[in-house]
Amino acid sequence: MRIFHFSEEPYPDAWGAERPSLRITLPNELCDPDVAHNLYHRYIDEWMLADELGFDIMLNEHHSTATCLTASASVILAILARVTKRARLLILGVPVGNRPDPIRVAEEMSMIDVISKGRLEFGMIKGVPYDIEPANSNAVTLMPRFWEAHDLIVKAMTTTSGPFSFEGDFFHYRNVNIWPRPYQQPRPPIWVSTATPTNAVEIGARGHVMASFMGGMAETVKLHKAYAQGYREGGHGTQVPVDRFAYLAMCGVASDEAEGRRRCDLIADYLRTNAQVADPFNKPPGYFSVEAAMRSARSPNPRAFRTLMTPKGRPVELSTASLDDFIECGIAFAGTPDQVFDQICAFTDGIGGLGNLLLMTQGGHLGAADTTDSMRLFAREVMPRLRERLAQRQFFEAA
Amino acid sequence: MGEEAVAFDIGGTPAIAQIYGQGRDILYLSAGLWFADESAFIQRLARNGRVIVPIAPGFGAAPADRRWNHVDDLAYLYLDLIDRMKLSELVLVGASFGGWVAAEMAIKSCAAFSSITLIDPLGVKIGDRFTRDIADLFGLPDAELRARAYVDPSVFEADVKKISDDELARRMRAREGLARYGWTPFMHDPKLLSRLRRITVPTQFIWGAHDQIASPDYGRAYASHVPGAVFTQIADAAHVPQVERPQATLDAILSFADAHR
Repeated sequence: MRIFHFSEEPYPDAWGAERPSLRITLPNELCDPDVAHNLYHRYIDEWMLADELGFDIMLNEHHSTATCLTASASVILAILARVTKRARLLILGVPVGNRPDPIRVAEEMSMIDVISKGRLEFGMIKGVPYDIEPANSNAVTLMPRFWEAHDLIVKAMTTTSGPFSFEGDFFHYRNVNIWPRPYQQPRPPIWVSTATPTNAVEIGARGHVMASFMGGMAETVKLHKAYAQGYREGGHGTQVPVDRFAYLAMCGVASDEAEGRRRCDLIADYLRTNAQVADPFNKPPGYFSVEAAMRSARSPNPRAFRTLMTPKGRPVELSTASLDDFIECGIAFAGTPDQVFDQICAFTDGIGGLGNLLLMTQGGHLGAADTTDSMRLFAREVMPRLRERLAQRQFFEAA
Repeated sequence: MGEEAVAFDIGGTPAIAQIYGQGRDILYLSAGLWFADESAFIQRLARNGRVIVPIAPGFGAAPADRRWNHVDDLAYLYLDLIDRMKLSELVLVGASFGGWVAAEMAIKSCAAFSSITLIDPLGVKIGDRFTRDIADLFGLPDAELRARAYVDPSVFEADVKKISDDELARRMRAREGLARYGWTPFMHDPKLLSRLRRITVPTQFIWGAHDQIASPDYGRAYASHVPGAVFTQIADAAHVPQVERPQATLDAILSFADAHR
């Protein structure tokens, strides 16, 4: 059982409900380089603390946005590869369908794996809709490009006998021969995130770790079942080990319930600002199927790129949702250590087991003192019993 | 839907066309814009000839095909369609994105055409590298696109509650289809401008005077690369004069076609 500390390295001073968009169109004159400097150092310190406390480490990246200063997760990961000692280093991930040069990705990931002495967990992601524009990648062909990049990167990382050539639909190289090769042999574990059963089947067929983000219990079970189908069809076995699954939620802890809830409520502004994207960058053509785009156009809130449902089927509007809405949906765990432990157990039991818990323990305006206190408390009072509890289930069991 | 539909298997891809009316053959390449409904104009055109409207893979009822992702693919597909249908002395008309495809066809072969009319066509790069020639169709809110595309945006029904599922699907597929063929380089082929010299039949550019998707200046520069091309401006229209000023557009097409039989 692994528990990861995650932050998007937000720059919340530039947030504001009055801003039409926090992404793509927000001018970077609102970014004070001194403030950004201090934030980077602070967030790196928090990852180093995570390393000491027994958390593993997760990073992601977004572009052209005040919600996430990690414009290149590889850059931060390279630093962490040097300054941390034991934590697994999860990049979740590299948007390989948006990157023009997959071999560069293979090189960077191999370097990080070697520098960290084999601690890389290598995630490849499709990327969110509003990261299409900064990359100027064509969403219509995103998934075939993603899988082609994936196949090429895996081949580059696992070929040790000298150059090979590649002539695909999207990428061309005459001589691929990366140095260094990865520390972990034949390659680091690969993770892929998704929100759709179609992709989950494909990920399962490859046997990679599948991560899903804040989908709630019903959606997560659906994805895990789809993965299990692909896993069986891919010949990996009839039972799926729970370490093939990862789930991301927000988490705030304090000795006092109200304080733990306050902390998580601040983190939850991450989700509340999710739809604060200049129209139409949250719906690039081709990113969603025509059927999904039609459903969305006819929905009560056509600007939202995703809708969230409580287990009782009540739709939750992300931009105005309360902390209790998020807790009810299983995408936030908040309160005292006992409460958080119970909430997480109820969720992981409900989805039939989980091997990797990804926790957004910092988000939005949650400051360094509150973040580190919450992390320490979690590590001391929740982590040991949670590890013990979650280790009881080895294989995914659909309800 | 057309009065008749034809489908040919061309190299494993179905070339689909709707056919309307009778008389001299007019090949009409639709604008393909999700914020323009050209069906009434096509009916009007069909009162003056047999109008053949090919449907690009990924648009309308034509299934997307992973191998079809470049305007050249469409140009060759439609040239094949012309061969299969044994068409000649065609009046070629293309609007906006369809105008781009028409130009890509004409630089390959003008053998089947008697004249060409392009209505606010996209497809070439005129300005410098920091200047956007064509409004960012995928980066502007729909309301702004309509304001740029029409003098009177109310001619287009923007309220999705008031349109059928079929029309909504057409719009969604058009938006995806345009990205499939025109995402990058954005709505142009860097090679096209220097190849326009190969167009050897009489060619007319029709341009809405108030077009803010692609300006009349862009249109004049575009036309200047086609040998002998005529530039006709349509008053009180913007990017889709065939929708906003259908009669004036029709008159311009027909009089040019009649003069170049």
